[in-house]
Amino acid sequence: MEFAELIKTPRVDGVVLRRPFMPTVEGTLCLTGHHLILSSRQDNTEELWLLHANIDSTEKRFVGSLGTIIVKCKDLRVIQLDIPGMEECLNIASSIEALSTLDSVSLMYPFFYRPLFEVIEDGWQSFVPEESFKDLESMTDEWRLSEVNKDFSVCPSYPSLLTVPRDIDDESLCKAASFRHGGRFPVLSYYHKKNGMVIMRAAQPLTGTNGRRCKEDEKLINATLCAGKRGYIIDTRTIAVAQQAKARGGGFEQEANYPQWRRIHKAIERSNVLQDSLIKLVEACNDQSHSMDRWLSKLEASNWQSNVKEILTTACLAAQCIDREGASVLVHGTEGTDSTLQVTSLAQIILDPACRTIRGFEVLIEREWLQAGHPFQQRCAQSAYSNGKLRSEAPVFLLFLDCVWQILRQFPCSFQFNENLLIMLFEHAYASQFGTFLGNCVAERGKLQLSQKTVSLWSWVNRPQELERFLNPLYEPNNLVIWPSVAPQSLLLWEGVFLRWNRSTKCLDEAYQEMVHIIEYNKELQNKVNSLRRQLAQLETEDKMVADLK
Amino acid sequence: MEHIRTPKVENVRMIDRLTPRKSTVGTLYLSSTHTIFVENSEAHKETWVLHSLVYNVERLPTNSSGSPLIIRCKNFHVYRLLIPQEKDCLDVLASLTQLSCPERYGELFCFSFNPNLDKELREKAWGFINLKAEFSRMGIPCNLWHVTAANHEYRLCDTYPSELFVPKSASPAVIVGSAKFRSRGRLPVLSYFHRDTSPNLFIASICRSSQPLTGFSARSSDDEQMLQAIMKSNPVSEFMYVVDTRPKLNAMANRAAGKGYENEDHYTNIKLQFIGIENIHVMRNSQQKLIDVGELAAPSMSDFLWGLENSGWLKHIKAVLDAGVFIAKAVAEDGVSVLVHCSDGWDRTAQACSVASVLLDPYYRTIKGLMVLIEKDWVSFGHKFSHRYAHLDGDPKEVSPVMDQFLECVWQLMQQFPCAFEFSERFLIQLHTHIYSCQHGNFIGNCQKERRDLRLQERTHSLWPHLWENRAEYTNPLYRTDHSQTQGVLKPLTTAYCFKFWKGMYGRAEKSVASHQSPADCLNAVREESQQLEEELSSHQEVPREMDAGQGIHMHA
Repeated sequence: MEFAELIKTPRVDGVVLRRPFMPTVEGTLCLTGHHLILSSRQDNTEELWLLHANIDSTEKRFVGSLGTIIVKCKDLRVIQLDIPGMEECLNIASSIEALSTLDSVSLMYPFFYRPLFEVIEDGWQSFVPEESFKDLESMTDEWRLSEVNKDFSVCPSYPSLLTVPRDIDDESLCKAASFRHGGRFPVLSYYHKKNGMVIMRAAQPLTGTNGRRCKEDEKLINATLCAGKRGYIIDTRTIAVAQQAKARGGGFEQEANYPQWRRIHKAIERSNVLQDSLIKLVEACNDQSHSMDRWLSKLEASNWQSNVKEILTTACLAAQCIDREGASVLVHGTEGTDSTLQVTSLAQIILDPACRTIRGFEVLIEREWLQAGHPFQQRCAQSAYSNGKLRSEAPVFLLFLDCVWQILRQFPCSFQFNENLLIMLFEHAYASQFGTFLGNCVAERGKLQLSQKTVSLWSWVNRPQELERFLNPLYEPNNLVIWPSVAPQSLLLWEGVFLRWNRSTKCLDEAYQEMVHIIEYNKELQNKVNSLRRQLAQLETEDKMVADLK
Repeated sequence: MEHIRTPKVENVRMIDRLTPRKSTVGTLYLSSTHTIFVENSEAHKETWVLHSLVYNVERLPTNSSGSPLIIRCKNFHVYRLLIPQEKDCLDVLASLTQLSCPERYGELFCFSFNPNLDKELREKAWGFINLKAEFSRMGIPCNLWHVTAANHEYRLCDTYPSELFVPKSASPAVIVGSAKFRSRGRLPVLSYFHRDTSPNLFIASICRSSQPLTGFSARSSDDEQMLQAIMKSNPVSEFMYVVDTRPKLNAMANRAAGKGYENEDHYTNIKLQFIGIENIHVMRNSQQKLIDVGELAAPSMSDFLWGLENSGWLKHIKAVLDAGVFIAKAVAEDGVSVLVHCSDGWDRTAQACSVASVLLDPYYRTIKGLMVLIEKDWVSFGHKFSHRYAHLDGDPKEVSPVMDQFLECVWQLMQQFPCAFEFSERFLIQLHTHIYSCQHGNFIGNCQKERRDLRLQERTHSLWPHLWENRAEYTNPLYRTDHSQTQGVLKPLTTAYCFKFWKGMYGRAEKSVASHQSPADCLNAVREESQQLEEELSSHQEVPREMDAGQGIHMHA
């Protein structure tokens, strides 16, 4: 087995594990192909099981023969391992380094993981595009499911089935695809039942410097407009960035060619800028010696909260166009795989109550992120402690989750799920025993045969035992559109992720338990009272019958 | 009434700056005590603004749609009105400017406020908070501490209460001598006695005073004996802390004016600790900057965070909380008594002592307990409410948000310990409003003597029973008396990132920024329902048994 070569010292005794706000643990450190395990071999003490894939970076230092390895994880935790013996420490460090940076996807843990639970509902089969289309068909006959991308040749990052306007044939789709970056021609993202307006998404049009146009593309998006109606194109980039894109063959829709559309530019940052923002934010959160001034100035300089605000604002704008203006929307940025998906998926959470249920949220992530071709593997290869050369890492999905958290916090009763679900998704997007977030698009996942060789995250999450942890006790289904406030004072730092390891959460956990307790007690009473009422009613009728008999 | 030139203006528009479509049109009325806006809409929604809560009124240049008028309140509400006629706007402005700046105590709202209580009830209401009972609740050992009559008729110190707890071993001469050596006669006296429940059984206490009149070299053997007596009243400890809550530089500068701080060489076994809470002028400016941030028209995230940093507000809140944490730790963990002072001992000292008390004693984290604490550490010990909260038209340099900061420290603690407080954020906000509103007599004047001379108990009503009757509105649903968080000493983390912008307090300049759903309200509703269900269950409990018996007979039949 190839891992054995990388593990020079599989086991060291007398290792001390230090974590902030947690008791120190001394025990035996073991390295396996996929895990770093520290076990104290005593009862009641927690063991540490850390996926190598979760390790973002390591540092080592020595005091005499005592070595220390600082392990910085993708879930943002930082732990320290004190290892007696210089050679052991060096061996462990180099093994961790090698095992946490394996290049080959097929060596990743999901391919080796065997679930200890019985898979009742296979998550790989839970979300089929045909099902979603059936729902759509029951509301409108304006759309059709196209197989034009069956072999992924029209657009390698799209799924094989796509929802497009009924009157546009596959040939036109191919032409429109050739006019859009990466072949990502406009497709349906969301249908607003209330008024029939739609959100579509695409990549930027390839107008280039000489203003190329494509009749089929124009026809395609015009087909989604009702007669006499105007639509909005939301370009997630500033006009300046969009202009610059022309020089590289990209660009934006010219008014002259799209007279029925009004284009609005927003300013969502590009992915490399977002990565830089995450690194700065986490650095600020991890330094407890900061004075108040320094903390606030570093928080500001990280720009993270600004990014959250801009993304949410853009999503609100898209939702407003649909619900308030009664106009359809086309959203795109450059590639249409990052900011575009943030905007379309957040707009749906605002507009569609179904997306605020657990199942609906899973569908949303499956449809708007996984099948829509967000390159998870590239974006989540490294997290906030990536100090090496970055390729295409970016916290695009994390920012989306952060925005969902902001809405959840503002509408604590309107979501079926709680913060734990969001944090869990963040963790699994970066390192997981499940195959769901491997690969960058549907085509790649097919090639990796993930559905045959790995377990789906949803198979695990949707087990009743697990679901319980993710349920929001305050949930009261709310069928309204929910408009979050995007004022700076309404947007908070997501402590559950960014301060998670930097304080004790005991009191906050207790508060959560107390909340659960209050609601469960109420349900219990309700059941009791209801059954009493039933009993009473029954007895009364029986009494009446007896009285009648007499 | 002579101030009101135009009692009624029609077609006034109340503007919501963030969401213009939420703006409403209605009629504006001026009464002798309130500005009232009644919406023309079917609901005729009313907004009442107490004149005494008005901080300032600003008129913007008249434009084509009318004359804009901005009313800013001391509780950070901002009302933006658009008045069709410029003349009406000028009249309202002139009236409000005068009505919101009373010059004499007699003009304050509390003297005309009449909630229809008979004389007996009113008197009873003033006895609702009883500080004697509070000191006996603390369980002060009477062999070590006693009440001195030295300040009878406020002879020794006119800003202190007449009854003072001092170490029993301090002779009358020492008490008088110590008062003479302290700024404004504010000698060291007991503020809080910590009845320790840990196996250590510490008997440490918190005392308070003003700064000593040391200058560069002066000393007073009476004052030194007084501190010695305080230290000795805690037999197990070998030293005591003197916490000077000022920045050391400020304390040193005071020496030039004949004041200063204790010289560790003259006092035996004291440890001097500076905490560095800034003075009232710095705090006033800081809060103004914070309010400005809340009023920015459409701030970017950077504008907001930069403004927050630039205001320095959270830094000051942290300093106050740090002072409380230091004192609480000394008392509870080290069993060492603490003497707290600043300059006059009525602002920072009150903050530090009361924050420490909240950390130390679960009682002060209850609704009644917080009332008691405010009555004790703030009202009775001569915190200058009327000066600090500008009850009368007076010196603007005396105004400072000292109490605001204390309430915010409590709020910050509530964020870290959500189950530890019986009251909710709403209670703190309500208290804040009442401190400024002058509706009740509790916070009028600057010390006990002044309140007595104003005969407030005969002429005004007390706030406390009113809040107590409505306590259901202020309850924290997560609070349970038997919860572990409720017990014992709170040990908060005071790392910078633990402090938050208090949106419920400072985010009120714009209506539409308000929170949409509150988990606390939702949980309170659930709890109320549970209570009704419990009652229904217990009322049924007897019935089914009879029925069961009846059922048995049926079966036999």
